Amino acid sequence: MTMHDINHHLTDKLLMAYSAGALPEAFSLAVATHVSMCDDCRARLGAYESLGGAVLERADTVAMAPDSLDETMARIRNGAPVVNTPAPRRRGVLPAPLCDYVGGDLADVRWRSIGMGVKQAILPTSRDATARLLFIPAGAAVPDHGHRGTELTLVLQGAFVDETDRYGPGDIEIADEDLHHMPVADIGADCICLAATDAPLRFRGMIPRLAQPFLRI
Amino acid sequence: MVSKNRMTSGQDAWVTSMIAVRDARDEAAFARLFGHFAPRVKAFLMRSGADATLAEECAQETMATLWHKAHLFDPNRASVATWIFTIARNRRIDVLRRTRHPEPEDLPWGPEPEPDQADALALQQESKQLGEALAALPEKQRVLIEKAYFGDLTHSEIATETGLPLGTIKSRIRLALDRLRHAMK
Repeated sequence: MTMHDINHHLTDKLLMAYSAGALPEAFSLAVATHVSMCDDCRARLGAYESLGGAVLERADTVAMAPDSLDETMARIRNGAPVVNTPAPRRRGVLPAPLCDYVGGDLADVRWRSIGMGVKQAILPTSRDATARLLFIPAGAAVPDHGHRGTELTLVLQGAFVDETDRYGPGDIEIADEDLHHMPVADIGADCICLAATDAPLRFRGMIPRLAQPFLRI
Repeated sequence: MVSKNRMTSGQDAWVTSMIAVRDARDEAAFARLFGHFAPRVKAFLMRSGADATLAEECAQETMATLWHKAHLFDPNRASVATWIFTIARNRRIDVLRRTRHPEPEDLPWGPEPEPDQADALALQQESKQLGEALAALPEKQRVLIEKAYFGDLTHSEIATETGLPLGTIKSRIRLALDRLRHAMK
């Protein structure tokens, strides 16, 4: 995946909530994946994490147990032998945080068809929000839907267009309850996105609404 | 190491200690870091809802992780307090919320073996100024920021809370961005 110009970024509040550890796991996954692709948001996140450091530095102290340093040194000696594991790096198409959840790369995703050529794969996260990979064939549409909560949609490959704008690789759309949209994949290439939602989507059409409980969308 | 000698002048004592742990497995330096940061991490975890026993254990684990992952510490990217904060935060999410905190992949160029002293010093200076900016905020705003980082605000509260003085820290964020762009040249 090469770096393109990214036009749609994370908001300050999402970056702050991520750095404070306040986001549901599915949202944190979307933030970590976008940051893996976007140097601007990586730098902004660095600043919010510095704020966490400043809060910790100014925090009150609570005395540690009298022998805690010795206990910690014992923990260190008894711990797994120190191997200099590198931080996660990209191995293939998907950014490293996603590879973790997929258990491999794009070829290892277990897609399930949800109709009209659109496929999805739900990723294993805590249940307070849902993360899914979406595969939208070139030129196809995701059924018209609205949101009760927040939906983050991050483009990994290809592009989609909706009522608001065009979203290419690395772009993230942040949709709240006011947005009712029908994303359509660019005609040029199949579109693969990571979508995170904290409430079920609201479809306008009858058929998707009936299918919704079965498809978990 | 050459880089170590080049970095001793003017740099933050915690960075010096951290580099001694990283490059020389220096236990005395680790003890200094432990003395300063472990009681803060313990207080942080107790504010986040852990009882004293759990907070003691997690603080010890956080400091053990600092030792084990010392090779990933890069003074060009984070102050020692910031780095420890991220380890303690991840521990809090693992233990108290029983979920994971996915982390971004590392930059393609990775931690530099010979950090640029000017970049590292600039970062320490910015971190200090950020701490001062936080201390100078009106109490109500400062308390909100602290609540957010102690895990007392949900993400929707952070999203809707209008009293969060994000504007005040924007200039600091701007500087961080400029520094990263500079480091990428």
